[in-house]
Amino acid sequence: MRDPVFSARSLTKTYTSGEVAVHALREVDLEIFPGEVVVLLGPSGSGKSTLLNIMGGLDRATSGHLFFRDLELTGLDDRGLTAYRRRHVGFVFQFYNLIPSLTAKENVALVTEISERPMRPAEALAMVGLEARMDHFPAQLSGGEQQRVAIARAIAKRPEVLLCDEPTGALDSKTGIRVIEALLTINRQLGTTTLIITHNASIQDVADRVLFFADGRISRTHKNEVRRAAAELIW
Amino acid sequence: MHVLDLKLLRDVKRLWAQALAIALVVAGGVATLVLAVGSFRSLDETRNAYYERYRFADVFASVRRAPKTLIDDISKIPGVAAVDARIAKLALLDIPGLREPATGQFISLPEVRKSTLNQLYMRIGRGPEPLSPNEVVVSESFANAHGFVPGSPFSAILNGRKRELVIVGIALSPEFIFAVGPGDIMPDDRRFGIVWMSEKALASAYDLEGAFSSVNLKLLRDISEREVIQRLDALLERYGGRAAHGRKEQTSHAWLDHELDMLNNMSRTLPPIFLVVAAFLVNVTLSRLVALEREQIGLLKAVGYGQWTIAAHYIKFVIIITVIGIAIGSAAGTWLGTIVTTLFGDFFRFPFLVFTYSPDVYITAAMLSLLAAIVGAIRALWDVVRLPPAVAMQPPAPPHFRRVLPAAFALDSVLSQPSIMMLRNIARHPIRAGFTMLGMALATAILVVSLFTNDTMEQLIDVTYFLSDRQDATVSFVEKRPRDVVMQMARLPGVLAAEPYREVPVRIRNGSIERRIMISGRPRDADLNRIIDVDLRPVVLPDVDLAISGLLAQILGVHVGDLVEVDLLEGQRRTVSLPVSALVEDYFGIRGMMDAGALARLMREAPAMNSVNLSYDQNKSDEFYAAIKGMPIVSGVALQRMSLANFRETVALLITTMASIYTGLAAIIAFGVVYNSARISLSERARELASLRVLGFTRGEVLRILLLELALLTLIAQPPGWAMGYGLAWIMKTNLAGELMRVRLVVEHSTYVLASAIVIVAASFSALIVRQRVNQLDLVSVLKTRD
Repeated sequence: MRDPVFSARSLTKTYTSGEVAVHALREVDLEIFPGEVVVLLGPSGSGKSTLLNIMGGLDRATSGHLFFRDLELTGLDDRGLTAYRRRHVGFVFQFYNLIPSLTAKENVALVTEISERPMRPAEALAMVGLEARMDHFPAQLSGGEQQRVAIARAIAKRPEVLLCDEPTGALDSKTGIRVIEALLTINRQLGTTTLIITHNASIQDVADRVLFFADGRISRTHKNEVRRAAAELIW
Repeated sequence: MHVLDLKLLRDVKRLWAQALAIALVVAGGVATLVLAVGSFRSLDETRNAYYERYRFADVFASVRRAPKTLIDDISKIPGVAAVDARIAKLALLDIPGLREPATGQFISLPEVRKSTLNQLYMRIGRGPEPLSPNEVVVSESFANAHGFVPGSPFSAILNGRKRELVIVGIALSPEFIFAVGPGDIMPDDRRFGIVWMSEKALASAYDLEGAFSSVNLKLLRDISEREVIQRLDALLERYGGRAAHGRKEQTSHAWLDHELDMLNNMSRTLPPIFLVVAAFLVNVTLSRLVALEREQIGLLKAVGYGQWTIAAHYIKFVIIITVIGIAIGSAAGTWLGTIVTTLFGDFFRFPFLVFTYSPDVYITAAMLSLLAAIVGAIRALWDVVRLPPAVAMQPPAPPHFRRVLPAAFALDSVLSQPSIMMLRNIARHPIRAGFTMLGMALATAILVVSLFTNDTMEQLIDVTYFLSDRQDATVSFVEKRPRDVVMQMARLPGVLAAEPYREVPVRIRNGSIERRIMISGRPRDADLNRIIDVDLRPVVLPDVDLAISGLLAQILGVHVGDLVEVDLLEGQRRTVSLPVSALVEDYFGIRGMMDAGALARLMREAPAMNSVNLSYDQNKSDEFYAAIKGMPIVSGVALQRMSLANFRETVALLITTMASIYTGLAAIIAFGVVYNSARISLSERARELASLRVLGFTRGEVLRILLLELALLTLIAQPPGWAMGYGLAWIMKTNLAGELMRVRLVVEHSTYVLASAIVIVAASFSALIVRQRVNQLDLVSVLKTRD
């Protein structure tokens, strides 16, 4: 078997929200391999997002170790994490997080400007089927379209990993399927390791592996022998 | 162009209304400084250039009659660069169509050459021909007040003889920028004018051939004025010389100096306050605005932008807004400065104006504004940029709300839920609420300090014209007269009461500090011209004791009961010691007052008088004026009503014009503060308010929650705003106090009310704009995006 992209040992995250202490992750061990599509399932507050944020360098673990290939993310300072995000990671969020004052193309260019070997923004938008809408502002795009712009923005720098937090959470089924399709296309064409958090259990059928979360731990793992195409999903 | 810069420009465009409001606050601060410093420097330069070009003298003296041969001795006094000896006489004028008597200050012009000092700037016409003794040049303000043109006639009583005169020229002189008639406090252009005549004509009218009665000196640089004056006094003494004096005591110069000083002090007092207030407000506003960008900052971090790049991006954002403000402020300040310079220049009748634009002022204002803005941005960025992006992209964790009061005091029984939300919101963000309140309070304060001058002017008028100097007229005599002239005056038509008045020039001293003042002797029981002490009570002086202006006591460092040394500068010129027994509340000049009998004994002379204060029946004023016009012993009549009207038209007008400009700028700043506070609260709470709308609250209810907090903060901010305003007014009054004119700090309740009303109107206006925004809240999108 090839070397893992991510490997986590006893990864733990505790934080306080308001006046409550929350154990978001409890000693999680995990390995993710190149080119894998992994779906993370579980109820709210089970630790999926926390894990994804730490893997993406958006947040820090309280204890434990997390490696991206040979790079120990848990040992990096803010500057190191910024460089790591800039070089290796693409994000897709539930609420798109587009800059409202920039057009679709400019939102993508926001990332390509600071990347080392990016695709052209138009090319990235073409991969998600939005080449015709690239001069529109976020407010002029539908939810599905905005999410696909976010995906184009995430993959335009050819990241090794694509981290998606509820990418279809705010979308209806038809547009949701188009978004999943876009993610799978990129995975196929660029070999990007893709992690998808979802509440929608039916999406698990497109994954290589499914991780079930409960109470800050991975409660079980399921491996799909056959991956379905996005078009075959029913939700 | 970088995408981030594109975002920057679009953000500025999107937030244009707020950006403009902030820029206006900056502009208000910058404009005040540019306006005040610019106009002061321009006028100061103009005056210097005027004095220089028209050779304004340094030392001034008058004598009864001195031979021209003395001029040679005077010019040999070490340090004297030029001497100009001439004839100067006061005389009553009879002007066609003018009911009241007027006074002319007659000055001789040499026949062949120009005067060496105090040269004329001819506006129209020419100088008098030596062979035409009735030709005169008059001062422009006097000519304008009567519509005189070359060719206009009027008559004067010169040395007891009536002379018909004809105007051949109209001129300005650096010596009479402010022309104040005898016994008057304020210039009265209708009733006092300067009349220049050929020396030959004037000399023959006053039997002064080969003699002079006034001498002016120009000194070399770095020469002790005091020494020259002492030597000059010694030379002139036997010819009936009155104590010579420098520019400081020359009426026109002193007034001009005072006016410019006042402008200068205003420029040192108000603009720094405005600028600091504006800077503070910009700081607070921008830091809140940047804090609102929390989620976008998180996103930029998430996609790999470094802290410095993000910080630079937002700092550029505030710089753009600030630079817009600086540009508006500089332009407006320059424009207003030109207006003020022209206004004052016209008032002073400067023959030309020198506009100076000093880059240091613009740079100072710009730097201070930028610094405040950038510090504000960094303050906000500091908190946000340090957050891990995952946290920054989420809204801030629910804040620790707590009960404002213990549960036992169940507020909800008394207050509605919206009111409780408001109170908890204030309690939750005490610092933010504090800053907002401080901003509003400062807005009120700068309005108070701009508006209070009106109150102090009214108080000044009240004390001067109605409490202290209650006479209708002050008649001055050409020379001192025996006391019994008062009986003659009392018999004039319409006269109800007459009080004689004797003035003696003195030097008053305590230790090394001395001033040249006039001591006036007055009847002990004087009822027209009363001594009002610093507690605003009329005072009766004990025998031999001296009352002095409160300010003079401060300058000399003496209190009631202390002794001061007094050099009498007339008659026998002795030096005496006198006890100070009262401090006088007066606002013009510094002076001393004594019982007339005591003063006569001090002078070792028979009771005498220089002037008499009269009250007369207004119905008989025509007869009274006619009688005065026929009295050659009279040099001039000061009329209190005219003086008051002139005061209102001139000094008060200038001060209130400045105050109005400042009030306008303060109002703009106030509006900027309130509008920004409202707009930013709306942005900060858009989600919460939209949620309420979704729950079924009406627009009005939602608006009330938002505005209730603002209204409460605005109201709470008023009393501290008044207090700060009073403090600032005190600083300004103290800075404006001068020996020539000063005010007592009075801030009427109505001023506080007006200041607060302006802030409240600004707040209401902001509320209207914010209401538009609340109505436009897109409920779905607010709830759907960014969670």
